[in-house]
Amino acid sequence: MEVEDLFKNYGDRVAVGGLNIQVKEGEIFGLIGPNGAGKTTALRVISTLLQITSGRVRVFGLDVDSEPDEVRKIISYLPEDAGAYKNLTGRKYLDFMSSFFASGKERESMLKKGIEITDLADRIDSKVETYSKGMTRRLLIARAVMTSPRLAILDEPTSGLDVINAKEIRDLVKKMSSEGMSILLSSHNMFEVEFLCDRVALINEGVIIEKGTPDELKSKYGVKNIEEVFTEVVG
Amino acid sequence: MSDIGGIIKKELRELLTLQSIIPIMVMALVFGSLGTSFSGMDQASQPPIVGLVDLDGGEYADIVTSTVLNNSDVIYQGISIEEGKQAVRDNNAGALLVIVDGFSSDITDNRSGQMEIYWYMKGTGIMETISLANVNVLMAEINTNLSRAIIADGSGLDANITLSPMVASDNTMVKDKEMDGVNPMVVSAVIDQQNIMMPILIMLVIVLIGGIVISSMGMEKENKTLETLLTLPISRTSIVAGKLIGAAVVGLIFGGIYMIGLGVYLQSFSASTSIDLSQYGLTLDALDYVVIGVMMFLTILSALAICMILGAFAKNYKSAQSLTLPVTLLAMIPMFVIMLSDFSNLSIEFQVLLFAIPFTHPMMAIENLMFDNWTLVIGGLAYNLAFSLATIYVAVRIFKSDVLLTGLGWTREKLRKRMRR
Ligand SMILES: Nc1ncnc2c1ncn2[C@@H]1O[C@H](COP(=O)(O)OP(=O)(O)O)[C@@H](O)[C@H]1O
Ligand SMILES: [Mg+2]
Repeated sequence: MEVEDLFKNYGDRVAVGGLNIQVKEGEIFGLIGPNGAGKTTALRVISTLLQITSGRVRVFGLDVDSEPDEVRKIISYLPEDAGAYKNLTGRKYLDFMSSFFASGKERESMLKKGIEITDLADRIDSKVETYSKGMTRRLLIARAVMTSPRLAILDEPTSGLDVINAKEIRDLVKKMSSEGMSILLSSHNMFEVEFLCDRVALINEGVIIEKGTPDELKSKYGVKNIEEVFTEVVG
Repeated sequence: MSDIGGIIKKELRELLTLQSIIPIMVMALVFGSLGTSFSGMDQASQPPIVGLVDLDGGEYADIVTSTVLNNSDVIYQGISIEEGKQAVRDNNAGALLVIVDGFSSDITDNRSGQMEIYWYMKGTGIMETISLANVNVLMAEINTNLSRAIIADGSGLDANITLSPMVASDNTMVKDKEMDGVNPMVVSAVIDQQNIMMPILIMLVIVLIGGIVISSMGMEKENKTLETLLTLPISRTSIVAGKLIGAAVVGLIFGGIYMIGLGVYLQSFSASTSIDLSQYGLTLDALDYVVIGVMMFLTILSALAICMILGAFAKNYKSAQSLTLPVTLLAMIPMFVIMLSDFSNLSIEFQVLLFAIPFTHPMMAIENLMFDNWTLVIGGLAYNLAFSLATIYVAVRIFKSDVLLTGLGWTREKLRKRMRR
């Protein structure tokens, strides 16, 4: 996936001001920055949800602006703080979602895989409204990856979760990546990206201020963690 | 105490928002201007306008004539019933009173004198029915004056003839139809069934399904399920169509249940009254029901498309609730106007306003079909078709734009900046 000189304005306010990133096949790329940095905006543009103000985004050679329908076939987007249809059971929700991607046997195995990923056991047949936050997030992540997208775009996949739930999600993301899925995620938690992401970009006020592997960045600034890199660069 | 004061203040600030005040002001405005447009035809306190045909010319007929001349506004006086009817229609009068040949001699011979009343119902709303009442007052006055004359003559007629020397038989003219031997109250009672029920039920169906669509949009936004939906490999048009058709089916089921109920209800009603409206062509045939069905479908589609457009601006479930307001208002204005009055009796401005609201057309469809007012029916169908297509087009456009996810916040900011320039 390639983002070239991406600008996105809300009216006169510049939310993303010249973004350049590449996500290589099979890697986990982290977009890190404080609240309001423009992470969600950038991910929404890449996910075909918002119109590009200027610049270019290509996903596996497909142009997001001119071929959004093709792009949607190969990506999965997990919105920040997303929910699922509350009156459906977890199983029905996954089944409904799978209907857009496959049919027959293929759809059945997609559903089976999704249910396995949720790790919800018999609670998969309870209504989503009875789920805890961690359970809902697992369901949504399962939805995002069960379709085997070539690129999964996850907006703050672990935010608001307790340490155990967050770790489960991180392990799941790692596993998917090891199976060859490219992952672009955002986070404002600098510690988590450090051992989750292969490469990171630090974003602030809509512009990238630094990028590289976590180790590169730490040694470049001679600090112990990414958070310190951030304070070094911004401060 | 001061705590309570603070809470009350906060509650009032939350409840008395523009969103809650505007509908009340709009309703007040509608009723206010309706009042002035009605004042021309509400003549309950003024003398009735009538036509008078005297086919008798005897002494008692002269008493009737002088009573009528003294107590009403006479727009026709002559000996032709046809001319009289025409004059009544042309002048929007209340009734044509006909003194039947032999009126005076009948009374002299100890029989009731015969009169014929051709009531003219200008419309079928509640206000029009009220204006019939003052002609009844005039008829009572005629009987009183005849009684006085008989007593003064000392002709020794039977007591019941003396007290009530005149009997009138009723005929009703509604719009361009005529029903002989039928009291206008019976006609208006039958027509009122659908004239009041239809607008209320259409209003309810619209508000109900409109609420469903807007709330579902609000819910989808609140849970970010809409964002997920929009990144799935399905076209925007399919999403809009899916949502519209889903809700339209629900709406049609409601509407269908109601139509069946209405049919049964009207049948039982006309069976229980002495008159059979079908005898006068005042019933619906299969084609009429098809027209009503199509009209309902188009209206529901328009309502849903409007709601989808409004729902697109909802930020969450709560803000979606307040967005149902414009639709509720749009459904309530024609409902009240049609219940109270009749489209044809409104001022031209009101007619234009009502015609422009797509929900008006099914509300008055039954009446227009009964009275074969095809211009309004076909005009309404064409308008609703155009309206629903246009709103669906706008809805799809919105689903393809950023507005759906970002709301109008920044656009307003942009507009303000543009205006400053
Ligand atoms: N719908 C919107 N309208 C106007 N401004 C917005 C909108 N959404 C986000 N913004 C602004 O864009 C900037 C980036 O926001 P966002 O992408 O949500 O940041 P992040 O996800 O990094 O917290 C912020 O300044 C935010 O206020
Ligand atoms: Mg965000």
